[in-house]
Amino acid sequence: MSAVSGTGRPGEAVVAPRARRKLLRRLDAKLSPYLFISPFFLIFSVFGLFPLGYTAYVSLTDRTLLAPVVHFIGLHNYALLIHDSYFWNAVENTFGIWLLSTVPQLLLALVIAHILNTKLYARTFFRMAILLPQVTSLVAVALIFTQLFAHDYGFVNYVFAKFGVHHIYWESGRFSSWVALSVMVMWRWTGYNALIYLAAMQSIPEELYEAAAVDGARRFRQFIHVTVPMLRPTILFTVIISTIGGLQLFTEAFLFQSRTSGGTGGSGRQYQTIVMYLYEKFLGSTQFKFGYAAAIAWCLVLLIALFGLVNYFLVSRIRSAET
Amino acid sequence: MVAHSEAVPRRRRRSHRAVARRFDSAGPFTYVFLILVVMVSLFPLYWSLVVASHDNAAVYAYPPKLLPGPNLFHNIHRLFNSGIVSVDFAKALVNSAIVSSVVTVTVVFFSALAGFAFAKLDFRGRKLLFVLVLATLLVPVQLGLIPLYIEMIHFGWLNSLKAVIAPNLVTAFGVFLMRQYIAGGVPNELIAAARVDGCNSWRVFWHVILPAVRPMAAVLGLLTFMNTWNDFLWPLIVLNARNPTVQVAVADIATVAYTPDYSLILTGCFISILPLLVVFLLLGRQIVGGIMQGAVKG
Repeated sequence: MSAVSGTGRPGEAVVAPRARRKLLRRLDAKLSPYLFISPFFLIFSVFGLFPLGYTAYVSLTDRTLLAPVVHFIGLHNYALLIHDSYFWNAVENTFGIWLLSTVPQLLLALVIAHILNTKLYARTFFRMAILLPQVTSLVAVALIFTQLFAHDYGFVNYVFAKFGVHHIYWESGRFSSWVALSVMVMWRWTGYNALIYLAAMQSIPEELYEAAAVDGARRFRQFIHVTVPMLRPTILFTVIISTIGGLQLFTEAFLFQSRTSGGTGGSGRQYQTIVMYLYEKFLGSTQFKFGYAAAIAWCLVLLIALFGLVNYFLVSRIRSAET
Repeated sequence: MVAHSEAVPRRRRRSHRAVARRFDSAGPFTYVFLILVVMVSLFPLYWSLVVASHDNAAVYAYPPKLLPGPNLFHNIHRLFNSGIVSVDFAKALVNSAIVSSVVTVTVVFFSALAGFAFAKLDFRGRKLLFVLVLATLLVPVQLGLIPLYIEMIHFGWLNSLKAVIAPNLVTAFGVFLMRQYIAGGVPNELIAAARVDGCNSWRVFWHVILPAVRPMAAVLGLLTFMNTWNDFLWPLIVLNARNPTVQVAVADIATVAYTPDYSLILTGCFISILPLLVVFLLLGRQIVGGIMQGAVKG
């Protein structure tokens, strides 16, 4: 419309451009905002929202990759899932690894942040160095640590042998494989969380520390009674983020000793996570049970939401208890 | 009690500068601890270089070799030789570069555009729509991957880079970040002045907003590039070993052989990390700053 602006029509030349400009300006004010946000909403609907809703539908069918006819089977997949011991095994593994990796990780991150929050030489160097693991891809983390945790010639067992502990078969035990995977998660995320805590620590008002110092609190007690309570919103944030990420753990476990496990998480499924089980039913080893996999996906969404809420209430209860 | 906890953040903002005075100077113990932390952070990367620079026999040496060996270039040569490796590694690197660059550009651009509308333009439903954007942040989108896969079959995009690029063209996180930055960092007078000069919304965006958001665009761009470069699950699902991204390629090298050739696998890891490592060494300061800024505002 604006492309044919009125050069060709001499009769309108005086009045029309002003009116047209006004019209254009109004159109601009009314439409532009929607135009500007539309790419996000369009793309998100097609590749984010629609698939999520469609997952709900697929989970109510017996759809497979090649089946010509799809039957609606109601909640049958969910009924099967509830009695599927492999599924509950995966849930247990996922939560176990989450707990083993998150608790020490966040505590350690707090300590590191506290220590970084002092006058330091080479401050930027230390901050960059602890963030470095975050740059490393999950695939690389999984493969490098798999080699480090190898039982016969791995570096970890070599160091352990120095202390008289011999030949731990990290991938074959349930608990030991959880530990190995937790170490991978911790290695990649501790520094990132420490930086987030550090940022929050730096915005804690000075007066609180002065008041604590007047009351005779030394550095450690200031940390417990001022820093930690003031950081609770941030701690809550990191716990939620680690919940969402931790329950979707896939790559590390998928590639851990992959040669022997073939994606099932070890010979006894001792470290198969929920997303790995989803993958197994979806595309792994000729399963292609799309309906069943979709049911797993929805259960995972539910678990994340539920567990996120539980964590939210846990962390905020501690807050009200101490203030 | 509610009133009390409300009052705290407001005070927090005021005393931003005064923080430095409280710091104790760091003692020797602090440095020992921090250097230990740094060593743990660096060790696995160093280790991948050590293994990548020996032949595979050295992996089984006892005690293990702790220093880099002479074989790095030989291993790299093997990695790029498709007679030895199951995948075309050069192609994988190019694919990853294409996917990550395209996604980075579109995410930054669309985020700035939507962020501008949410921060500075007035329209019906603005608040509600922004809440919707935030809500999508909490939805684990990857879990729609089964229908998304079916979608890709219908589009005929399986095994094509389009399947990896399309779902990542926008992110709610980017929109959120840009909105916050534009709301706080671009003065309204600047926009009003441009309007007086006859700029429509698009030209305001192009001539005023885009230049002003450059610092945040750099941070968002870097984070997006890294995440896309490192993404594994979705590319694994829609691509195959003949047309992989670098992560899929490395994973394929690691899983396809019955006896793993660790020196080759970790050479692949090392090469796949290298581009991001270089970027990080050049721009790590900005990335650290961006994460810390985002943490305070979020």
